[in-house]
Amino acid sequence: MDLTLKVWRQKNAKAQGHFETYQVKNISSDSSFLEMLDILNEQLIAEGVDPVAVEKGCKSSGPVSFDHDCREGICGACSLYINGRAHGPDDEVTTCQLHMRKFKDGDTITIEPWRAKGFPVIKDLVVDRQAYDKILQAGGYVSVRTGGVPDGNVIPIPYEKAEESMDGAACIGCGACAATCKNGSAMLFVAARVSSLALLPQGQVEGAKRAKAMVAKMDELGFGACTNTRACEMECPKHITVSHIARLNREFLCAKLKD
Amino acid sequence: MAEKLISKIPEGPLSEKWTKHKSQIRVVSPGNKRKLEVIVVGTGLGGASAAASLGELGYNVKVFCISDSPRRAHSIAAQGGINAAKNYQNDNDSVYRLFYDTIKGGDYRAREANVYRLAEVSNNIIDQCVAQGVPFAREYGGLLANRSFGGAQVSRTFYARGQTGQQLLLGAYAALNRQIAAGTVKSYPRYEMLDVVLINGEAKGIIARNLVTGKIERFGAHAVVIATGGYGNAYFLSTNAMNSNGSAAMQCYRKGAFFANPCFAQIHPTCIPVHGDQQSKLTLMSESLRNDGRIWVPKNMEDVKALRAGTKKPSDIAEEDRDYYLERRYPAFGNLVPRDVASRAAKERCDAGYGVNNTGLAVFLDFKTAIERLGKDVIAARYGNLFQMYEKITDVNPYEEPMMIYPAIHYTMGGIWVDYNLMTTVPGLYAIGEANFSDHGGNRLGASALMQGLADGYFILPYTIGDYLAAKFKEPKTDVNAPEFDEAEKAVNDKIAKLFAVKGKRSVDSFHKELGLIMWNNVGMARNEAGLKEAIEKIQALKKEFWQNVYVAGENGEFNQELEKALRLVDFFEIGELMARDALNRNESCGGHFREEMQTEEGETKRDDENYMFVAAWEYKGENEAPELHKEPLVYENIKIATRNYKD
Repeated sequence: MDLTLKVWRQKNAKAQGHFETYQVKNISSDSSFLEMLDILNEQLIAEGVDPVAVEKGCKSSGPVSFDHDCREGICGACSLYINGRAHGPDDEVTTCQLHMRKFKDGDTITIEPWRAKGFPVIKDLVVDRQAYDKILQAGGYVSVRTGGVPDGNVIPIPYEKAEESMDGAACIGCGACAATCKNGSAMLFVAARVSSLALLPQGQVEGAKRAKAMVAKMDELGFGACTNTRACEMECPKHITVSHIARLNREFLCAKLKD
Repeated sequence: MAEKLISKIPEGPLSEKWTKHKSQIRVVSPGNKRKLEVIVVGTGLGGASAAASLGELGYNVKVFCISDSPRRAHSIAAQGGINAAKNYQNDNDSVYRLFYDTIKGGDYRAREANVYRLAEVSNNIIDQCVAQGVPFAREYGGLLANRSFGGAQVSRTFYARGQTGQQLLLGAYAALNRQIAAGTVKSYPRYEMLDVVLINGEAKGIIARNLVTGKIERFGAHAVVIATGGYGNAYFLSTNAMNSNGSAAMQCYRKGAFFANPCFAQIHPTCIPVHGDQQSKLTLMSESLRNDGRIWVPKNMEDVKALRAGTKKPSDIAEEDRDYYLERRYPAFGNLVPRDVASRAAKERCDAGYGVNNTGLAVFLDFKTAIERLGKDVIAARYGNLFQMYEKITDVNPYEEPMMIYPAIHYTMGGIWVDYNLMTTVPGLYAIGEANFSDHGGNRLGASALMQGLADGYFILPYTIGDYLAAKFKEPKTDVNAPEFDEAEKAVNDKIAKLFAVKGKRSVDSFHKELGLIMWNNVGMARNEAGLKEAIEKIQALKKEFWQNVYVAGENGEFNQELEKALRLVDFFEIGELMARDALNRNESCGGHFREEMQTEEGETKRDDENYMFVAAWEYKGENEAPELHKEPLVYENIKIATRNYKD
């Protein structure tokens, strides 16, 4: 298939960005979206080394930078806003799992980086998501040391609780929730971790402290507040639901009441 | 130089070696730990768990990763599970049985003492992860659940849906985050190590590139730990993440660390087949699927043709016309034979013309029997996310039609040579996890990579590194202005400048793809003398062309993914050649290394224990010089060497 791409180009964090338009041809419908971008980059590299193309005014921005790594939907590196949706038009997939069969021959596709105050652009489509690490550093762990822990079967955990905990733990930290939220809130991300640990006896010991510390850090880092629009849930590639936000709110409220 | 290969395996009975060793090695007092600095490169299961554990102990740790967050290391993608000898299933599992299965699965090319230790600490890992809040799968009674993996007749694999690697890594990453918050570990995301710095022959720091600004920076320490994973991406198409690379290992190799068994690469039998030449990477379908999936191709050539022509669907083919070739050839283990065996069997059927997709390079993995026996809901609960992933990629619903799969490069058993303490031949330089060579021999069993990464990082390195550092606490902090750092930084800068200066016509990826094809065709699932010699020549020629005709876009002082790829590819050329050399030298078939000259009449691997029962450790001798081979003999005192038999 042949496509027109409108791609956000931005040299670095300080530079002003703009859209550039490119044409790509003969894209296989079995290719992934990122493979399509690989092909665009090969084309831009070829134009970059071709003096005739440069003469004709080829774009000098060079290949497009974008974050990607595992390309199987689990590392959470890819982070594209495609036609106005985080991770594009398919449901419950990351950009790397989005396939070109979801588009039609002749389509124009707009590609942008994540849009959230908490995720400043580094270059082109690459953003800085260290804020998510910092939120987890504020309390997204169980305080156990290596060694000296009881046998894994000492504390039985009901099947349903373990499964629900796993639902939250499936978060890949990609940032689609904050990028898609009109308030730029990281609530679903924070909730997924707080809720996942709150469901397990191991995590309950520090539950109150964790909820307060992570919410405070999220606020401090410039993420907005949650107004329950559920856009995050709609765009989460791992289908993490807002029921985890409800559990976070409960944990947070209980903790605050005890203050 | 032979004296460099001292494995330091402790004396005494196998089951007492580790306990005895721990009691004899030195420890560092808490006050002195604060004076010592350790660099950990890589934040997968090995790196994250090591950095967190070292930080907890009180060392000053700096941890580096190329991703924007430690959580994105490729361990995250491991699907199926982690082995441990808990014997929770009462199926007569034990530390010894896990040890035995691992040695046998590795085709008798791993060290007994290391593997026994791995099996010993496997149980601690499960306890540790549970305590961290890893949501392992559970039975209805609330206790931990297990499933089976290849090469074992017991059920010892712990799992968290099809995302076990993710959950274990998030556990280790959480432990790391706790230490980062406590200030014992400083994290450097988006940094890539470009050289290791030796002072008086000891590892004292690294040179790294800040991937955001392009700045080349120096970091000093009393010891350096390499936890950068494997080098499977030498094949371009693999199940490894796009950024996984072997460069840190190669830098260590060039600075004197021996590189062991480079030819031992694992080809995973169940990957989604290649769709075409626009493909950038291959996706694994977890080995756990072989618990319930049955592998087959049609018995009759007419059916093969009908499938390719689209006149028949796989579900149209009658039961008696299906060749469940693994069950036929290996009745005792059936679909759960080790990976190397399953991969070669798939190749054998496809080579014979029975491959089932357009390219003829695919076999079926079918859940029909399991769905009939257990119901769709049970299968969905076990493998739902894998089925969803398969459907998203291929547009085929695996609940209705069988999956199509084909082998692909997945893991590298070879790696930096280490002694029992996980120290390389360079003092103060350690290698853990997939980056080292130590535990899997010629073939790794499923669910053992996670086990090894966490064993090394949580329970082995934090002890053994103390033995080295105990002699170092009186040494001052490493001076990063030392001439050795000047020299290393200059070499890095020169190399980068040289890459930009070529200004050729071909993209970095075009060279990488070409290298990948040479590797897959000549150093892949079946290897022979002529093909390996040809590979060496072709790689050398390609490398030469690269330095004359590559085009690296952009500049150094910026975020530049083309430069990152080019720097990694330079090292993949070297790894590829080393793999071919090692494969050429190892004139036997064993584990994942199959030399066509050495096979039984049934097409099984034929080892040559008399001549090749050793670890091949290669010493770098200079650019464009042939490396020197050193041999570490493998001694089996506890296991009777036998031909691997998965038939009866």
